[in-house]
This record gives sequence, C-alpha cells and structure tokens, in this order.
Amino acid sequence: MILAPVILGVVVLVLWQLAVVGFAIKPYVLPSPTAIGDQFGRASNTIWSGTRVTGFNALVGLLLGAVLGILFAIVSALVRVFDEVTLPVVTALAVVPIVALAPVLYTMFGAGAETGRQLIAALAVFIPVYVNTLRGLRQVRPVHRDLMRAYAASSWQATRTVTLPGAIPFLFTGLRIASSLAVISALIAEYFGGPAAGLGKSITSAAAYSNYALAYAFVLGSIVLGLVFYLLTLALEKFATRHSPA
Amino acid sequence: MSDAVTVCAASKIFPLARGQQMVALEVIDLTVAPGEFVSLIGPSGCGKSTLLRLIADLDQPTTGSIEVFGKTARQARIDQDYGIAFQQAGLLPWRTVTGNIELPLELHGVGKAARRARAAELLALVGLSDFADRYPDQLSGGMQQRVAIARSLAESPELLLMDEPFGALDEMTRERMQNELVRLCAETGAAVVFVTHSIPEAVFLSDRVVVMSPRPGRIREIVPVGLGSAGNRDDGLREASGFFAAVSAVREALHGSSGAEVRGEETLRGAETLRGVETLRGVETP
Repeated sequence: MILAPVILGVVVLVLWQLAVVGFAIKPYVLPSPTAIGDQFGRASNTIWSGTRVTGFNALVGLLLGAVLGILFAIVSALVRVFDEVTLPVVTALAVVPIVALAPVLYTMFGAGAETGRQLIAALAVFIPVYVNTLRGLRQVRPVHRDLMRAYAASSWQATRTVTLPGAIPFLFTGLRIASSLAVISALIAEYFGGPAAGLGKSITSAAAYSNYALAYAFVLGSIVLGLVFYLLTLALEKFATRHSPA
Repeated sequence: MSDAVTVCAASKIFPLARGQQMVALEVIDLTVAPGEFVSLIGPSGCGKSTLLRLIADLDQPTTGSIEVFGKTARQARIDQDYGIAFQQAGLLPWRTVTGNIELPLELHGVGKAARRARAAELLALVGLSDFADRYPDQLSGGMQQRVAIARSLAESPELLLMDEPFGALDEMTRERMQNELVRLCAETGAAVVFVTHSIPEAVFLSDRVVVMSPRPGRIREIVPVGLGSAGNRDDGLREASGFFAAVSAVREALHGSSGAEVRGEETLRGAETLRGVETLRGVETP
C-alpha cells in the first residue's frame, strides 16, 4: 500500500535528476533534486523559521475561520431569516478571489502586521466550514426527529443530543478541506507584500535573486507545511467519524 | 381504568400540490385495552403507519380525536406514557449501546446512577449485557433493533407503539425477536400497537389483528386471534392448527372473502377445516 507510491516518487526523482544532468538543463529552468536538497539542508534554519511564521498565520486563520464558520452555521440552522440573509453574502464570498484582498488589508492593518494574512486565511477557511457544518446540521434523520418529538424533548435538548453531534463529521470534513486552503492563502498572501519572514515571501525573494534551487527548497517547505495541516485535520476527521456509518 | 388507546372518528388528510388532497385515513374508530396486543396490518398505503403516528402524536388527525389512557395524545406524549420503536432502529451512532438506552431517561432528568442501573436491567432483558459498551455500528441489524426495543421500554411505558420494528430483519432473527417480544409483553404487561406487513407475525403476536385496506385507508375487519396468554406462546404455536386457521382468517380479511386469492403454504397445511376464528378461542397450544 505505502510501498508503491514511495517507489513511484523515487523513480520520478531519479528521472528528474537524470534529465537535468543529461540534457544540461539550466537551473533557472529547472534545478536538479540534489541541488534543491542541498539548499534545503543549508537553509534549513531559514526554512524552519519561515514555516513557523506562515504556519502560525495559517493556524490562526484556520481557528478563527472555523469558529466563525461554525457559529454562523448554527445561527443559520436555527434562524431561517438569518440563513436567507447570509446565503447571497456567502455565495458572493465563495467566488471572491480572497487573496486579492491582501494589498487592501495590508493598508488597513499596516505593512508590519501579520493580521491581514491571518484574516485572508480565516476568510478562505470560513466558507467550506460554514457550508459543510450547515449541511450537517440540516441532515437530521427523520427517525431521529420523530424520536426527539416522541420524547417531548425541548428544541435545545434535540439540538444538543442529535443535531450537533450529527453535524460533527460534516464539520471535520469542512475543516479538512479548509486546512489546505488556510496554508495556501496565508502563503500566497505574502506575495502581495507585508512582513518578509514567511515562506511565501522567501520563495519570491529567492527567485528574485536568481537562487532557483533555494526557491524550490522553500516550495518544498511549503509542501511539507500543507501536508502537515492536511494530515492533522484528516486524522481529526477520521477520529470524529469513527462511529458514523460509512 | 381507561383504555390504553381510544381512536374516535379520526381521519387524516394530507394536502397535496394544486389544491388536491390525499385521504390517508378515512374515519377510524379503534380501542386498545390495557395490556392488549393489537396489530395493524394491510398493504402499503393503507394508513397503518399514519394511524400509529397519530396515536404517538407525531402527526395530528384532521378530524376526530385520539385519547391515550384517557388523556389527549399530546398530553400522553408529553407525559411519556408510551414507548416507541420504528422500522429503523434509529440509534445515535456516536453513543454506546448503554448511552442509547439511557437517552430517554437522560432527557427526562433521571440521575446517572439510576440510568445506569435501568440500562443494565434492560440490556439483560434483551440479552445484550455483553454489548453494553459497544457502538451501534459494531452490532448486527437484529441486535440494533433489540437495543431500540430496550430503549422503548426504558421508562416502563404502559403502551408500546411499534412501526414494523422487525421489517428489516431476516426471517430467523425475526421469529426470535417475536418470541422475545411476546415474553417482554408478558413480563411488562404493556399494551402494544404493532404495525406489520406480515400475516404470521401479526397472528403470532396479537390478541386482535386490525386488517386495513388502502385508498382511502380504513379498517376492513378486526380479527380476534387470542391464541392463548402471552406466557405460553412459543415456537410450538407456529406449528399449531389454530395458528394456521387464524393466518388464513386474516388473509381472507385482507384479500376480501373470496378464497381464490388465498395462497401461501400456511393455508395448505390443515387450516381449511378451521374456518372462522371464533372457534379458535381457547385452543390449546402444544
């Protein structure tokens, strides 16, 4: 199961290396995997600190966006008017290229603050968490609804014992989708200015100084960061859905 | 003591699109005595589940009234005078078996220790003591349904409402569950309103079988079965001639009086001689 993709990855790396060496491809077109690995080792401190900055922005965005998404979803599920009012707004938000807001937010919060990036990540996270959680809250099975009525349960009791726990698997699915978005948004937002400590900024400046292998090394760091976010939320999702029927 | 259920001239009409309407139940009258087991049987669309839902106050009748233990159906629901089980077990997948059985007790403010004790008692009753800490997805369909029945008994109701609770089970599990239900009823003395598609099931379980017909849903005939007290009904009864006679009586009521539609192997085995259910009263079970 694990062996096959690992072998494939190694084969691709070897072919890549052979191609770069064999065809004498210039580094600005494509650096070799060994050159990237070499830069990755040498710049590991910078990459690690950049990862921490970008990762922290993504994490703050993920938590903030998730909390807002869940709260809005609960209110939308409870109050139909609120749902009708927010639906067009959320739909509009979903089609806005959110990172495009970065320059505006940098002006708002000052170029030295990470706040803009965190807000961008939060916005990107908000939508999938909101949409999925709301769907989960609406998925109460008729038999459970009948049961709660037969028990003469108050609407809060029904919400607490059936609706909220039933929505949790959906919430975590939304969170898993959102986790990659959080990292991508926090990273791309750095391309548009702001403080220079993150991975995204490092990628652009390494490329600007023609150090392409180093740029790729930062890209590699970003990939690892994205994977960590994804795998952690995937594990959370698996845990939350362990008793749900498939 | 007042009747367990009194349905008085109740009807149910569902409005459809474009001003049309669907008469799910024509005017229905029915009483269920305390401790009595009554089955509702009939083809799909005859309103048997609708009638059960009216008694449970999950839906309201369009006309007429329904009383449960002398109260309105609504008050009886609020007072938790009945337990209910559906065709789907409807367990909460994120709760253990114990947690599911405790659910109604928890909602009605029973303390933790008392809840635990009652759940353990009920688990023993349905033979699932070893599965107390399992989750529903770790149980077979039959076991899940037993948990659902234990849950319906949690508050020792005087009335049980069951909507095809064995409908999704295989035949062998189904017969075992029927035996268990007969035993549970004998032990608890609860009245039962039981919706089913299965003629043998209705006959085996019931004191009376209410045969319904569709479009519009109405009661065609009430067949008294009375195959002996719950305590001495067992698998042997399924082989008794009185059982077969009652099965064919219910079948005839379902299909109208013409014998041409009577089919199925049960009727072929010695039931023909015993037409008319009244003669069955007091039939000895082997």
